[in-house]
Amino acid sequence: MKRLLAQPVSAFIISVGLILVTAYAVSHFPRSIVAFMLFQASILVLYFARMPGWVKGALAAATLGVLMPLLGSINGYYLEIAIQVGIFVALALGLNIVVGLAGLLDLGYVAFFAVGAYTWAVFGSPQANLFLPGEHFPLAQGWFFLFLLVGVGMAAGAGILLGLPVLRLHGDYLAIVTLGFGEVIRVLANNLDKPINFTNGPKGITPISRPPIFFDPVLRAIGINPDPNVIYPLYLYFIVLAIVGVTVLVNRRLEDSHIGRAWEAIREDQTAAQAMGVPLVRSKLLAFACGASFAGTVGVLFSAKQVFINPESFTFMESIGVLAMVILGGMGSIPGAVLGATVVTVLNLQVLKGLSLWLNELRNAGTTIFGWSLQNLPTQLEPAKYERMVFGLILVLMMIFRPQGILPARRRHRELTDGAGEPH
Amino acid sequence: MAVLLEARGISKRFGGLTALDNVDFTLDEGRIASIIGPNGAGKTTFFNVFTGIYVPEEGTVTFRGTPVLGKRPDQITALGICRTFQNIRLFSNMTAVENVLVGMHSRIPLGLWDVLGRGPRWAREEGALWARAGELLSLIGLRAKANEIARNLPYGDQRRLEIGRALASRPALLLLDEPTAGMTQGEARGLMDLLRRLVRELSLTVLLIEHNMRVVMEVSDRVTVLDYGQKIAEGQAAEVQRNPRVVEAYLGRKRYAAGSAGG
Repeated sequence: MKRLLAQPVSAFIISVGLILVTAYAVSHFPRSIVAFMLFQASILVLYFARMPGWVKGALAAATLGVLMPLLGSINGYYLEIAIQVGIFVALALGLNIVVGLAGLLDLGYVAFFAVGAYTWAVFGSPQANLFLPGEHFPLAQGWFFLFLLVGVGMAAGAGILLGLPVLRLHGDYLAIVTLGFGEVIRVLANNLDKPINFTNGPKGITPISRPPIFFDPVLRAIGINPDPNVIYPLYLYFIVLAIVGVTVLVNRRLEDSHIGRAWEAIREDQTAAQAMGVPLVRSKLLAFACGASFAGTVGVLFSAKQVFINPESFTFMESIGVLAMVILGGMGSIPGAVLGATVVTVLNLQVLKGLSLWLNELRNAGTTIFGWSLQNLPTQLEPAKYERMVFGLILVLMMIFRPQGILPARRRHRELTDGAGEPH
Repeated sequence: MAVLLEARGISKRFGGLTALDNVDFTLDEGRIASIIGPNGAGKTTFFNVFTGIYVPEEGTVTFRGTPVLGKRPDQITALGICRTFQNIRLFSNMTAVENVLVGMHSRIPLGLWDVLGRGPRWAREEGALWARAGELLSLIGLRAKANEIARNLPYGDQRRLEIGRALASRPALLLLDEPTAGMTQGEARGLMDLLRRLVRELSLTVLLIEHNMRVVMEVSDRVTVLDYGQKIAEGQAAEVQRNPRVVEAYLGRKRYAAGSAGG
């Protein structure tokens, strides 16, 4: 397999074949979790295949841009999973900048996600009427796109706000303070309902506007009657896809630049980095701000997708979850962060839930194993409830057998040319 | 010859310990000068004062007439002083060429938007950076190992890479903290030849901390001796070598047994 993937032609045939076969399987067995996971795995094979970059890009675009939405229209749940995966991929990529590249352990990352989510939630719902004069809110749906950028700005600001007091800390001390920061944001969201009601406290905010279907006339013109229940998941999926695309692009450009190299130098040896001319304060703040900004923009999207948010969506466990994705994938590695986020999300939403459903079915059918009825099985024994335990187990196993992550960061190998060196 | 670096009355204390005691020091342009002294004499502390890692309690340091004290290490690097470390401090998980590229940081005129936009300006600058990194690696003889991870390089190569990384910031003054420590006599000689070349070709001034006396005597235009934070001698290598206070600092005071003529 490895040898075949190293040849461009056979690699092309294999990866296209796998993607088509698994996609066919999904369309044929729309309820089969295994089929869908094989489909996801075939995308991973595409990543490993040795082909020219543009061929890979085109195949990935076709798979994610055409096949995935088609499959999603067969089983809507897959689209939901894909959207969630996308959200977590963007989060993991953002955290990867802070933790993976700059080496600043941030345990409160979900705070920036919350900042983005609340930014749109407050102004994209009637909530803002409670503290601003006039009945201007919710804002028109079109504002959603502007707020994707506002979310970036707000979260980046929050990132700098967090960065400033913790500049002198590293390692464990930094981790504790960022953990505290994450909790502060959540507690603020929980309690800023009085004396002035900004966040509506633990009750949360609803209904939050969704992005406008601006292409509605086009759909009607080509004879499709848009049913919001079908269109919205597809629409959100494409927005997530676009955000993830931009995130990956920005990440790659940052990583492969003097800014990314300065971050890595700080991670390797902060004193030496500063002695070589890297301004520590500015570089660290930039890392916090860049990392946070991705969380901010997906936060805006998250609140629009959920229509309802409350502080419970932004707990410490979410921060840990995103960190686990980065570590699982490989710190400082962009493909690693993408894969880590995908694996963890799929594990949570599909594998464990699927096992629970299966166990329930067996129980209800009265299946017996060696004469012992499954109905005697305590109801607490439900794989979905063991999410964190399975997680912990995977992380421990990873630390023992592959501490560098599934797809560790590879050093770029670059030929030096004389005169006009051309980086690629 | 113009004065490049001038330190006046530097004192640095750590609690009750006086690491530097009212030290004056002047360095002319285009020289190779050495600071020697027994362990704990305050040599590295002196370097740390020059590079902004420590701020002394008393004294002033000027570099080409600009006051240095109170500036951050990265600002001092931008002024034109760069250093290596006694225990090698490379960015060990980055490649050799990446180490050199980080050294150029203070000379890169690009901002966040250039990096995100990747316009023609970015391509031109980034191309020039890589080209210069290649030249520097050739200069220190590591061109063929450009893509090796720093941690995997042999010890002597790591020492040279650290010098290359420091050179990348285009310094006028290069501070080397025990550059030949752990090297064989042959490797040390090669390094000295390199230093002489750098001084000649890049119009560089070099200040060394060194324990290898053969190296010091051979390469230095001027030697300064520190002991217990005080400057006890200064001058040309041969003079300093004969100075009784220097001999005493290194070998200890002669003990005169009663009636004997000494030993």
